[in-house]
Amino acid sequence: MDPLLDVEDLWVRFSTRQGVFDAVRGVSFTLGRERLGIVGESGSGKSMTGRAILRLIRPPGIVEADHIKLDGVDLLQKSEKSMRDVRGERISMVMQDPKFSLNPVMTIGDQIIESYRLHNKATKSEAWVKALEMLEAVSIRNPERVMRAYPHEMSGGMGQRIMIAMMLIPNPEILIADEPTSALDVSVQRQVLDIMDKLVQERGMGLIFISHDLNLVADFCDRVLIMYAGRIVEVCDANKLHEAQHPYTRGLLNSLPRLDTPRDRLDVLKRDPAWSEAPSVSGRL
Amino acid sequence: MKMLEINGLNVWFGSGRDRVDAVRNAAFEVGAGESFGLVGESGSGKSTILRAITGLAPSWSGTIAVAGRQIEIRRPKDFYKQVQMVFQDPYASLHPRHSVDAVLGETLQLHGFKDIDARVVRLLDDVGLGQKFRFRYPHQLSGGQRQRVAIARALAPEPELLLLDEPTSALDVSVQAEILNLLADLRQEHGLTYLMVSHDLSVVGHMCDRLAVMKDGEIVEIMDVVALRAMKATHPYSQHLLQASV
Repeated sequence: MDPLLDVEDLWVRFSTRQGVFDAVRGVSFTLGRERLGIVGESGSGKSMTGRAILRLIRPPGIVEADHIKLDGVDLLQKSEKSMRDVRGERISMVMQDPKFSLNPVMTIGDQIIESYRLHNKATKSEAWVKALEMLEAVSIRNPERVMRAYPHEMSGGMGQRIMIAMMLIPNPEILIADEPTSALDVSVQRQVLDIMDKLVQERGMGLIFISHDLNLVADFCDRVLIMYAGRIVEVCDANKLHEAQHPYTRGLLNSLPRLDTPRDRLDVLKRDPAWSEAPSVSGRL
Repeated sequence: MKMLEINGLNVWFGSGRDRVDAVRNAAFEVGAGESFGLVGESGSGKSTILRAITGLAPSWSGTIAVAGRQIEIRRPKDFYKQVQMVFQDPYASLHPRHSVDAVLGETLQLHGFKDIDARVVRLLDDVGLGQKFRFRYPHQLSGGQRQRVAIARALAPEPELLLLDEPTSALDVSVQAEILNLLADLRQEHGLTYLMVSHDLSVVGHMCDRLAVMKDGEIVEIMDVVALRAMKATHPYSQHLLQASV
């Protein structure tokens, strides 16, 4: 089967006073109908990779790639206007913090309805019904009240579920989730993930799950790309993440405190300059 | 002797029908040299307890005693020589236009130390930063380095009790390991007592000897780390929390 998304040799550059900084350096991967995790520390280029796919990086940032193909069509060749038909409708993105991605002066209902009517021809009342349905799908109790509420009246977990509902309404083929649960509590985290998982399974979507939490990714995804300094250093099956070979991945895993194996001191990651020199591993299937 | 004794602590915000009871009837004690953890979801009141101890929460009732001495609403000056706090976000807790030297120097001066220069040097060495960081500004430091500066600032008055409010939740796991190791070393060297708030059970399991689980402003269970590791929580909520974090 052809992959949904095919990224070849992606570079993201920013020119600074000290010269050009490469945030992402030659990353290649494909995404099928699967859950693909991207993990790494802050500054490893994982969020930039997600943003570059949607062409959300604005000048002076530079995005270069051989191609970023969605169903065989290169997104880099598209005009800004036709990109707008891709964003939201075919690929949508859930950002890290619901506090900053919802409009604080619009009711939640109005926001969901606006995003729905942007992509579909529907009357307001049809959109209202649809929005209610979506809120129910992300297990929000009392959706009628939530529709009339403003974002500041929502907790973090509810806000993130609302964002997911909003992103899923146009029924996209690919969902990019950039640290969707980092701002949430462990118990709520699980709920949000379950909802995302269910929806992805039911609709056969491709999911790119960007996170710094190795255990979460190992649990939740099918395949994992580990990024370091803008490159992919290792690709592995998520259930085999704990047997990962690369010293960087091992270092990250060992630096986590664990309840079942108490230690006096945690291992500290020793960085090897050779890791950032080594060529990027291909994440193609 | 107990380093910290808290009994019947209530903390509330607002009044009348806007009143929110953030902490209700909390009671626990922390021995000298012990490390005690507070865990729970956001909004469960764990940070509010720390803020009530340092005097950052406006209205509270009940008794708080540090090293056997009851705390009044107006805290004496030497209270802050005894108790210091490290905040969650190292990006927000340092003044962006004060150099590391100014941050530590000002703290030392406020606490009436005379040999400020030598003490700044020693504090930086203590937290593993060294001299080259002395005249840097926060934007020239990484998240882990900033948190080290925040810890150095808390150590400046030579406190006995350190209140840690999610000290590593804004950091990467590799940096988190460095900071947790540093905190463990400092506790040993200076004989500190820790009261640590975290939402991450494995961090608390690593750092603390005992912990209290909080829900909706109440402490539902106090257990020791051995019970935590054996997953032997008695209260259904703490069992639920344990399961969610494994």
